Amino acid sequence: MAVAVGRPNNEDLRNLSLSGHVGFDSLPDQLVNKSTSQGFCFNILCVGETGIGKSTLMDTLFNTKFESDPATHNEPGVRLKARSYELQESNVRLKLTIVDTVGFGDQINKDDSYKPIVEYIDAQFEAYLQEELKIKRSLFNYHDTRIHACLYFIAPTGHSLKSLDLVTMKKLDSKVNIIPIIAKADTIAKNELHKFKSKIMSELVSNGVQIYQFPTDEETVAEINATMSVHLPFAVVGSTEEVKIGNKMAKARQYPWGVVQVENENHCDFVKLREMLIRVNMEDLREQTHTRHYELYRRCKLEEMGFKDTDPDSKPFSLQETYEAKRNEFLGELQKKEEEMRQMFVMRVKEKEAELKEAEKDLHEKFDLLKRTHQEEKKKVEDKKKELEEEVNNFQKKKAAAQLLQSQAQQAGAQQTKKDKDKKNASFT
Amino acid sequence: MAGTSKRPCSPCSPCSPCSPCSPQPSSPRPSSCEMFGYVGIEAVLDQLKIKAMKTGFEFNIMVVGRSGLGKSTMVNTLFKSKVWKSSPVNKLGPLPQTLQLQSVTHTIEEKGVKLKLTVTDTPGFGDQINNDKCWDPILNYINDQYERYLQEEVLITRQHHIPDTRVHICVYFVPPTGHCLRPLDIEFLKRLCRVVNVVPVIARADSLTLEEREAFRWQIQEDLKNNGIFVYPQKCFDEDTNDKTLNDKIREKIPFAVVGADREHMVNGKCVLGRKTKWGIIEVENMAHCEFPLLRDLLIRSHMQDLKDITHNVHYENYRVHRLNESHLLTKGAGWVTLSPPTRRTSAGTSRSQRWNREDTESGC
Repeated sequence: MAVAVGRPNNEDLRNLSLSGHVGFDSLPDQLVNKSTSQGFCFNILCVGETGIGKSTLMDTLFNTKFESDPATHNEPGVRLKARSYELQESNVRLKLTIVDTVGFGDQINKDDSYKPIVEYIDAQFEAYLQEELKIKRSLFNYHDTRIHACLYFIAPTGHSLKSLDLVTMKKLDSKVNIIPIIAKADTIAKNELHKFKSKIMSELVSNGVQIYQFPTDEETVAEINATMSVHLPFAVVGSTEEVKIGNKMAKARQYPWGVVQVENENHCDFVKLREMLIRVNMEDLREQTHTRHYELYRRCKLEEMGFKDTDPDSKPFSLQETYEAKRNEFLGELQKKEEEMRQMFVMRVKEKEAELKEAEKDLHEKFDLLKRTHQEEKKKVEDKKKELEEEVNNFQKKKAAAQLLQSQAQQAGAQQTKKDKDKKNASFT
Repeated sequence: MAGTSKRPCSPCSPCSPCSPCSPQPSSPRPSSCEMFGYVGIEAVLDQLKIKAMKTGFEFNIMVVGRSGLGKSTMVNTLFKSKVWKSSPVNKLGPLPQTLQLQSVTHTIEEKGVKLKLTVTDTPGFGDQINNDKCWDPILNYINDQYERYLQEEVLITRQHHIPDTRVHICVYFVPPTGHCLRPLDIEFLKRLCRVVNVVPVIARADSLTLEEREAFRWQIQEDLKNNGIFVYPQKCFDEDTNDKTLNDKIREKIPFAVVGADREHMVNGKCVLGRKTKWGIIEVENMAHCEFPLLRDLLIRSHMQDLKDITHNVHYENYRVHRLNESHLLTKGAGWVTLSPPTRRTSAGTSRSQRWNREDTESGC
């Protein structure tokens, strides 16, 4: 039964005019409803040296107190600590994961400081890739742990970026969306801040570090994103303590010379950061992570494993061939290893056998020796026994002879006595 | 990944967030935190909406049924436009000797929402004398679309947005005999409900009175139940009680008795879509006359996203599992453990496709 499928190309797509209300304008709402019921994931990585204010900033950003103890400065290496929290606002459920770099910048030798961070990010991509490549997979339910945003905390020195910062950011820029921020910005004066910011941006550009670009292609967000981008890197101040300002309580830091208000845009860029990170671009950050960084990782990983997209006129499902080839290769290697092990095993067995044989021989000898000694002993004992028996026999014979003699003598005596008696009797008559 | 489907996480799963390869022990389960003030997280919904409207949506619908049941008219009525410029088969000519699938794609826009609609018609279905295996071309077509998507997904360098040609819903037109489902219907539905979302409708319902409709509907529901045919909305995918109540109401009414019309007539001073007969005008959008509004609401206004999700998360995944197992990919992880580790559950709930497969074999649903 022949089947002809008439399917027009994309060029034949025509716009159809509707003569009435169909109703699919509710589609975005349907989509949003579905997403709300499923909840959202958002993962932030905070990179910065110990004590620069990462935990405080997170607390301030999300208006809550995430439990955490301040880290010590004695960490031997950089360690990543991840914590997950469930936040809910109206009907939106957010599963927020905050990853902290503990011990970053504390070591004397900081050559390898960036490595644990890169490894962690890669590990999350790897986990997602594994899930995606499984046969029976459940991407629908998958808890996405890939880092969506990396907040890089720059120390407020007022001069320029440290070389550690440059190196780390360079390593991270192709793997994650980097948003650089100047921490503890209340230690920098306003005029210095401006110079500091431009110095940082120019250094980033000259070193080719690609930080996250706020999207400017949609009219609704283009304007706000464009204005905000000018203020990068955001100079932030974090605080969870509230101070009375005017007649309201506001988050602020109180100094003898004044009060730094966190949410005052003249004092610091915290509000801008919150706008950009959460209220305007959260979805875009997630999408960039998935479509750009993750795809890049996936492509590199698969190419590294030796796959390639073959040209379209080759057999369909080209991955299969490469998979099979790789698998055979691995199986071959496995077999080789097995052989080697088997050889080694056989050799060992032989050695052991030889040893055992030696031991056996020794044992046999010993056994023979013992046997012989035993037999000799036995013979000796038997000889002695014979001697003893002979003596006993002799003794018995002698005894018997003696007894005979005795009895004869007695008899003779008795006869003699009788004879005597008879004689006497006879003489009397 | 499908452009419009979301990838959010399941909300109540007690899971460890860190990867298995991280040397550090990860925190055991997400703790819930109280926020002391407004943060602005809910703005993500608007962001989502804006993004979705920018990328646009895709929807693929397939209509199956004997010729003359009003399939093309129904599609025109559903989307209030001339989807088929002319009937796909020249009605004056001879019926096609073979089953031909014909697709047409349009972009329609409503209030800023762009929808790329693809309608696949199946002229010649059930028209031959011997209709044995007439479902094969349709099944092949559906599986071809899955295959296309799979090929795209498996590429090393993937497109940002994989074009989605998979059939999201198959509307099956049952002729209004008034008795029960015919063997052809049963065979077809049995096979198709496993690969695609199927909604049966009673076509040309204007030839049945209301009582006859109810009896026919009841009979069809019995037939479906007895033959283990699970039509959309499937019971096993009801996520919570709200869904269940909503979907139960719909399930009671399936199959909808529909009438299609693309001409407008004046009724009581209003212009309505309807069929004019000597004994009256059948108003298509009048619930008292026919159940077309229910079908339209189900397909377009309330469950369109759900249809796409089920196609993507269940039917497509089933196809993928089947296909990958067939090509002996990734089985026997000898030396290949990195690509396919043993099943690591990241969530407490079972995935929908596993529920579907499991319940399928138990013939529950």
